[in-house]
Amino acid sequence: MAHKRREMLIDPLVDNNPITLQVLGICSALAVTSSLQVAFVMALAVTLVTAFSSMFISMIRSQIPGSIRIIVQMVIIASLVIVVDQLLKAFAFEISKTLSVFVGLIITNCIVMGRAEAFAMKNPPFESFIDGIGNGLGYGLILMLVGVVRELFGSGSLFGITILETVNNGGWYVPNGLLLLPPSAFFIIGLLIWAFRSWKPEQVEEREYKIQTVETH
Amino acid sequence: MADGNDAPKGAIARFLAAPADSVGKTVFVAVALCLVASMVVSAAAVALRPLQQVNALRDRQINILQVAGIYDPTADVAESFAAFEPHVLELATGEFTDEFDPATFDQRAAADDPALSIELDDDPAGIGRQSRFVTVYILRDDAGEIERVILPIHGYGLWSTLYGYIALEADGNTIYGLQFYEHAETPGLGAEVDNPRWRAEWRGTLLADENGELQISVSKTVPPAGAEYHIDALAGATLTTAGVNNLVNFWMGESGYGPFLDRLKAGDV
Repeated sequence: MAHKRREMLIDPLVDNNPITLQVLGICSALAVTSSLQVAFVMALAVTLVTAFSSMFISMIRSQIPGSIRIIVQMVIIASLVIVVDQLLKAFAFEISKTLSVFVGLIITNCIVMGRAEAFAMKNPPFESFIDGIGNGLGYGLILMLVGVVRELFGSGSLFGITILETVNNGGWYVPNGLLLLPPSAFFIIGLLIWAFRSWKPEQVEEREYKIQTVETH
Repeated sequence: MADGNDAPKGAIARFLAAPADSVGKTVFVAVALCLVASMVVSAAAVALRPLQQVNALRDRQINILQVAGIYDPTADVAESFAAFEPHVLELATGEFTDEFDPATFDQRAAADDPALSIELDDDPAGIGRQSRFVTVYILRDDAGEIERVILPIHGYGLWSTLYGYIALEADGNTIYGLQFYEHAETPGLGAEVDNPRWRAEWRGTLLADENGELQISVSKTVPPAGAEYHIDALAGATLTTAGVNNLVNFWMGESGYGPFLDRLKAGDV
């Protein structure tokens, strides 16, 4: 059992990553990765919301009527997100200002709903909690990887500490402004998915079409 | 037990064992969940409100320091803030009043109080009611001469009311800076009012020409009055830009700080 739990925690990092394999939670990954600090707080918030919502949903899973189960899940997730938002406003005001609407949008992050529906409804609370942590970390891992590329090459710093002195500040590095714009995250996530699937070819989905061979007469 | 089954006993156990899809259970789960969720949410909101208010106040003070150009991130905010001389100003006369304590006077609450506010007929800034009194901050140099005045302004953009401060030089006509501390404009478009490069455009811009006519304009093209009165519009944020243009023109005009600025120009303050 302990072995299985460890797997549940490690598995979503690479082998079953919510972003690169399940392709969930892309929109917030675009929005909050232009600086590492913000990406880190967002990853932490999503991890906590996923873990606790999965746990609470799992605790009452046998009592949830099938007809309103999505609404029940949403109410639990939304309440947790509001609590996280209030906590951020109280203890990390600056970051909560930068994250602005994206904290509220954790509610619509498909990872949270996806894990609630796919895992927590069928598994005991502790396992669901671990599964939520694992998936949050998998999401966080990609967020941090994208954040490193975007902040380092977009503004020459990591966690706000200057690594490459930019030309504006009298250094030599000309920052790539594109990386600070949301579309750049698309390119980076795309490249990451490519890299992951080259490394682990079993992640490549089967084609939904077949190339026809044309016979010559 | 007679039948040998572990049949549930007691009302609660029986209820829990009932099929989850029955109508009674569905209604019960929905109501109970809503009650628990609303209690959790309101408990968090109430318990954390004092901390959040402290943060909001600190954030506003930082914004006032930044717009005045004297913000030092390493220094204590409250200590730096003591450099200002706060006054409650009566807008219609442009005179300071001792009726209220500047530290506790709440302009937003006053705007809702019929005794302290007026209903605007001509309301380009979209604020509805305007408080007759506002708290302004004066920054003096070492010789005691006025260096800058920091005035609160607000007005409606696209989605939200933008709350901010404008800092003017002692001549009462040159803008030193403008900064919003609270708004809910579209991130990436209207929210670019927070962009430091756009904010830097405000420095040195003039409000009125030699005849005292208000010429400042936040627009796509340079107005006929000349580039020294012009702030370039934000790309992709037409309505936010129009809102900022309207609110600056409103607050710098006769219904806003006009009387106070006249006194400032005459050196009466």
